Amino acid sequence: MVPLSWYLIFSAALFSIGLFGALSRRNLVAILLGIELMLNSVNVNLVAFWRYGDVTNITGQVFTIIVFAVAAAEVAVGLALVISVYRKRNTVIADEIDMLKF
Amino acid sequence: MSSEQAATLYFLLSSFGGFVSTETIIWLIPLPPALAFFLIVLFTNRNKALSHMVAVGAALLSWLGSMIVFARALGVEHLGERPFTSSMNWLAMGDTWFRVGVLVDPLTALMLFFVSWTVLMIFIYSIGYHNFGQPEGDHDHKGLPPHGATIEEHGRKHVVPSVEPMYSRFFAFIGLFAFGMFTLVVSDNLLTLFIGWEIMGLCSYLLIGFWYGKKSARDAAVKAFMTTRIGDVFMLLGIAYLYSVTGTLSFREIFTETTLHTLQMIPSGALGFSTAGLIGLLLFIGTVGKSAQFPLHVWLPDAMEGPTPVSAMIHAATMVSAGVYTVIRMFPLLSLDAQTMSVVAFIGAFTALFAATIALAQNDIKRVLAYSTISQLGFMIAALGIGAYVAAVFHLITHAFFKALLFLGSGSVIHGMEHGAYHTGDHKVDPQDMFNMGGLKNKMPITFWTFLIGGFALSGFPIVTAGFWSKDEILADAFAHNLPVFITLAIAAFLTAFYTMRQITLTFLGEPRTEEARRAHETPWTMTFPLLVLSVLAIGYGWVGIPENFPILGGLFPNWLHEFVGETLAERPEAVEFNFVPLLTSLVVALGGLGLGYLTYRNVNSSAEDKLQLGFLKNKYYVDEIYNAVFINPAIWFADKVVYQIMDKGFIDGILHLFGPGTQGIGDGIRNYFDLPFINRFLGDGSANVTYFSGEKLRVIQTGRIQQYLMFALILFLVIGAILYFFIFSA
Amino acid sequence: MTIDKIIFLIVAAVTLIAALRVVTTGNLIHAAFWLIATLFGVAVIFAVLHASFLAVVQVVVYIGAIAILFIFAVMLTRKDMRDQGPQLNRNWGFGALLAALAFVGLALLVHGWSGVTKTASAFPSGFDAVSALGNALVSPDAYVLPFEVASVLLVAALVGAVYVAYNRK
Repeated sequence: MVPLSWYLIFSAALFSIGLFGALSRRNLVAILLGIELMLNSVNVNLVAFWRYGDVTNITGQVFTIIVFAVAAAEVAVGLALVISVYRKRNTVIADEIDMLKF
Repeated sequence: MSSEQAATLYFLLSSFGGFVSTETIIWLIPLPPALAFFLIVLFTNRNKALSHMVAVGAALLSWLGSMIVFARALGVEHLGERPFTSSMNWLAMGDTWFRVGVLVDPLTALMLFFVSWTVLMIFIYSIGYHNFGQPEGDHDHKGLPPHGATIEEHGRKHVVPSVEPMYSRFFAFIGLFAFGMFTLVVSDNLLTLFIGWEIMGLCSYLLIGFWYGKKSARDAAVKAFMTTRIGDVFMLLGIAYLYSVTGTLSFREIFTETTLHTLQMIPSGALGFSTAGLIGLLLFIGTVGKSAQFPLHVWLPDAMEGPTPVSAMIHAATMVSAGVYTVIRMFPLLSLDAQTMSVVAFIGAFTALFAATIALAQNDIKRVLAYSTISQLGFMIAALGIGAYVAAVFHLITHAFFKALLFLGSGSVIHGMEHGAYHTGDHKVDPQDMFNMGGLKNKMPITFWTFLIGGFALSGFPIVTAGFWSKDEILADAFAHNLPVFITLAIAAFLTAFYTMRQITLTFLGEPRTEEARRAHETPWTMTFPLLVLSVLAIGYGWVGIPENFPILGGLFPNWLHEFVGETLAERPEAVEFNFVPLLTSLVVALGGLGLGYLTYRNVNSSAEDKLQLGFLKNKYYVDEIYNAVFINPAIWFADKVVYQIMDKGFIDGILHLFGPGTQGIGDGIRNYFDLPFINRFLGDGSANVTYFSGEKLRVIQTGRIQQYLMFALILFLVIGAILYFFIFSA
Repeated sequence: MTIDKIIFLIVAAVTLIAALRVVTTGNLIHAAFWLIATLFGVAVIFAVLHASFLAVVQVVVYIGAIAILFIFAVMLTRKDMRDQGPQLNRNWGFGALLAALAFVGLALLVHGWSGVTKTASAFPSGFDAVSALGNALVSPDAYVLPFEVASVLLVAALVGAVYVAYNRK
């Protein structure tokens, strides 16, 4: 009989870790890894709310499927961008890609 | 002419255009010359022949209209009580209207007669005077008199008179002038009369200064206008005064018993004149200006600068007569006050004698005639002053004829002399100086005989000439009413005859004194024809006014003029009792003056031999110099020193000079203390600097690193989330 | 402390530790591997929550595709071997602080919610979650539209990724 709050705290923690990774990592690919963690935490949240609410209302899982698809698409495009940037600038360090500064 | 012929002519004239009413014709009389003026100015200015045809045609139409009206007027019984009148509203003045209108009573009919004849003759004369048909001059300029043109004829070159460059302009101006005169003559109220008066004043200025290239002509024009203006101002005052007292300007309404009585009774508060007297005096001052009486006579001799037809028309026949006409017209008003009448009589008589004395010493043929005009006008004014109404009218008409004749004759003489000058090629000889003439009787016969007739009429040669009858009547009236005036006028008549004969002797008789006179010859028919017509009138017109009680001749013809004109007044003036003294006096002064003049001057060949060339006479009693010193130079000084230097440059410019630097100071102040520091630096530069500074400082945020952007976004999100949570959602 | 709770705690701990290793490892390949572990842990959570289909999909899609994709990307971008060594940027402290604040905030939010101590109701027998999910995804009364749109999105992402990463030499 796990209380719902445990799942929610778990997902919050996972989200925060992913946030830390997105904010603090040097490598572009690592930033994307952090983003993936955040998306996964969202999925956990959704499924938890489905299970602990009306189970016959399958909306939670549907939403999760959609998030899967979006996450996959995003990763694909994001990594394509990273590769393209790498070819152009010959670097994958986020701090070195600052062309749009003042 | 026999009475049958007169009746036929009368019938023809009056029935001519019988479907048109007389009043309509009267309205139309002044219009053709005005129309001629506009047509010439706007359209025919370049075409000389067309211009003079338009002008002469217009004069002919006015003459025809005047003759028809005159003929019809003769047929009306008691025209004085039932004149032709017609008037209409013109200007609205609050509750009332100023009216314009026409009035033909016996006086007007006679005026129309002589004005239309003289105007027509002068128009025709001008064609020849301005050398129509001659070639254009070698170096003639517009604004200067023509100098002659060189033509080749039979292999020889000689100089002929050249046509006037401003030919059409002349006819336009005299057309306008004729319009003014006709308007004045037919008007039925003082307003229209004054309008005609002023139009003639303007045309007089334009025509005296016709040759505007000559400084003397320009000055003379200004002098004429200014001097007559002085008179006009007083006249306008008189008109205004009259209007304010009676509320009307129409003659028929003023000259009613009640109005006249009222005007006579009310004292005006000035020097014992009654209202009627003061009004009459003010109007008379207008006449003093216009008819060149002393002291406003100074303009008329200088006005000889204009072409001779101008002198003839304006200063002999019409314009100066307008002044006398006004006095005649206002006679019922003037005669109410004895003081005014004595002023009038005194000025008239004094001027007559004064001008006659000056005429004795003049050498220019036109100047003699100018002073003669002033003198004769004095005669008429004096006659009115003593109450001789019919005599004054009579003399006005006869004078118009013979003076116009004399002026046109003098123009013919001058033309002949100039012709001589072209032959000799000598341009230093003055063609107008009588001492350069002589013997022209044989060279210019028509001119001589007509001039002689005119001169005799002026002198009052007995029986034959019209001048005798009119002058004799004045002397008779003067003898009966006012002895000092009689004596003055008799002396003036003697001098008149004397200087006239002097003029004729020096000009026509004896031997030619210069080559120019030897080479002179008669002028063309356009100039001699008017002379002939006017001489007929100068003789014939006298016979309509022979007094009834004249020995032998009196009673043969009825004194038609006395009957006719006398009706104009409310009370018919009495014919004067016949007395031998004035008749004898006029015979003696006329024949004596003529004879003495001939005897004195038939052997005088130069001005050095002329004993009458006295300084003060030649210089016109220094009146011009006195006026210069007393009025003109102080006025110029005042205008220059006081008005220009002190008021305008000093005061007004001073104020402006205060404003200028003041405004500039304010402007500078605003610029330096407000505009530059505040608007420019604080607002303008300041906002730019703030933007720059803040941009410079804030742009460090934009590092280009997305992780920093993400962090900023998160911080802000947390802040907002906290605010929302703590203050809004849990409140 | 029932058995559910113990299982949950173990799985959660593993997952979180793996996640921490993802974001702190110096070597990126190791990070990718740690990501696989995290994703696996999440799949187990799904299974515990009776979302069996989702658990399988998680493994197949996330681990089987996305994680592999990450490894490929790391390999394609490691020319200068700089994917090893310190991997945290200059402001990592600030980032950690923000993450901590985010966690605190979320926790507070969770605790402020009334239904937080709810326990799971029994799973209804006979309820086939998978077929219900399948029906929902293709039923016009349900979620066919988002489903189709998601497929369009995937096509777009596919084309986009190919185009962006296309090597023109």
